[in-house]
Amino acid sequence: MMMAAASPSASPGAAASARSLGGRLSAREVGKTYDPDGACVEALKDCSLEVDAGAFVALVGPSGCGKTTLLNMIAGFDTLSRGEIYMDGRVLAAPERRRRPGPDRVVVFQNGALFPWKTVLENVSYGPVRQRVLTRREAQEKAVDLLRQCNLHDVVAAYPAQLSSGMQRRVEIVRALMNEPKVLLLDEPFRAMDTVTKTAMHQHLLEMYRLSRKTVLFITHDLEEAIYLADTVIVMTTRPGTIKLVINVKLERPRQPKILFSHEYLELKRQAAESIHEEARKAFERGEREQA
Amino acid sequence: MLWMRNRSFWMMWLGYAGAAALWYGSVKWIPIGPFRRLPDPVAVITEWLSPNPTFGISIFTSPYYLHILYSTYRATAAFLLAVLLGVPLGICMGWSRSFHRYASSLLGLLRPIPPLAWVPLAILIFSGAEPAVIFVTFLVAFYATTLNTLTGVSSIDQDYFRAAACLGATRKDILFDVVIPGALPNIFTGLQIAMGAAWFSLAAGEMIAAQYGLGFLIMESYNLIQFPTIVIAMATLGIIGFLSSALIRLLGARLMRWREQSLGLPA
Repeated sequence: MMMAAASPSASPGAAASARSLGGRLSAREVGKTYDPDGACVEALKDCSLEVDAGAFVALVGPSGCGKTTLLNMIAGFDTLSRGEIYMDGRVLAAPERRRRPGPDRVVVFQNGALFPWKTVLENVSYGPVRQRVLTRREAQEKAVDLLRQCNLHDVVAAYPAQLSSGMQRRVEIVRALMNEPKVLLLDEPFRAMDTVTKTAMHQHLLEMYRLSRKTVLFITHDLEEAIYLADTVIVMTTRPGTIKLVINVKLERPRQPKILFSHEYLELKRQAAESIHEEARKAFERGEREQA
Repeated sequence: MLWMRNRSFWMMWLGYAGAAALWYGSVKWIPIGPFRRLPDPVAVITEWLSPNPTFGISIFTSPYYLHILYSTYRATAAFLLAVLLGVPLGICMGWSRSFHRYASSLLGLLRPIPPLAWVPLAILIFSGAEPAVIFVTFLVAFYATTLNTLTGVSSIDQDYFRAAACLGATRKDILFDVVIPGALPNIFTGLQIAMGAAWFSLAAGEMIAAQYGLGFLIMESYNLIQFPTIVIAMATLGIIGFLSSALIRLLGARLMRWREQSLGLPA
């Protein structure tokens, strides 16, 4: 078991104000066993992590390592078999107990889940209207405001199918932020994008993070992306999914693409890649020994 | 005019002309007895457009429109009934797993029964031919509507439900904001199939048990050896069926403008 402690590298003042809004996540020895027709499959084992309020944490691992399972538990989509997950000291999930999905932890999905039958404006203002926090008019005003801040005000009347995938994902992030969530859960949102679009999306996401200062849990299988975006990178390995490594990224914000060539970034990447390689080698050897 | 230069427009008319020529040729020149008794296209068109039709049915006679009115009324009533019952049933089946278990096996068992097999029972149940014909027509439209709605609901991506839950939607909100709009494309496919199927079984039902209607007209003209009138009624059924399907397509396109794609904007 390993404890991951993540804290934002922002100025102390910003971190303190974010902390007061909440959004501190902690998972304690979380485990998940799937039991389809008697065959026990251990998807997650002893995952413990701490995410400070306002921190940007990336969860990296190969496909099938259980990172989406962990996110689904936090979001309230899935149950866990062992351990507990807390948010701001209150139980989010425990065996036999889970808090329903809600606007305090909004997910942005891998393949996008903007409602195709609603316009951008209707999508973005949906949350506050349905929660009866704002009237429709207030919500739409706030939505237009937020979309303008993100340079998306030209597409308010468009339907999602009329937008590029990158734009759709940005709108979806804005839709999530409209609810003032404590935690933003991003499930490989840029997975299917080409490199150029992805680079642009990184800048957009960093800008939205700078403006909102919400806790962000970002899932990806791309180590470079994780280091570039996050304050803390948590590396998971597979079968059963466990947390293997925690990397504190002390690159200054705001981050520009040029740091991708900086000595610090390359050094972090080298260390991380080496440790992952080491882990992979150990796991591989363990596997061989089990087989023998 | 743009449509004059449109290739597919001319090809469409070429297709019609070819079919008419084939029809004309087979009736006039093929030396097979039974074919000679069929009306050729010229005789049919002449009869159809004649102010004084030989057999009493043309676009200038009121019985023609009475038959059309009866058939349209029955098809519309059956179709509306099918939509009113089939769409909610399909949504319930897609929405609730236990309801699906109750209904799907029953529906699976009833569906293979040919609609016309219901005619005698329907006449007994409704004590009359008129509601029986509507019932038989309703039945096929109902199956098509229900099953396509069910498919529509169950093919909605799980992520939309999850997203709605994240955004604070209640179960009722999810029904109106996710389930119904998400199933709409399939519902409209179902409605088009239902409309087509309604016309099939309507004509058949009218042949067996009715006093008016285009199906009745076909059978009646056959019995009275008024062959051109048979073809007039058949062609009329074709035209009305096509128009009703087009109407549903148009309505669907209006309700689902969100499916139209436009040129990609930059990220």
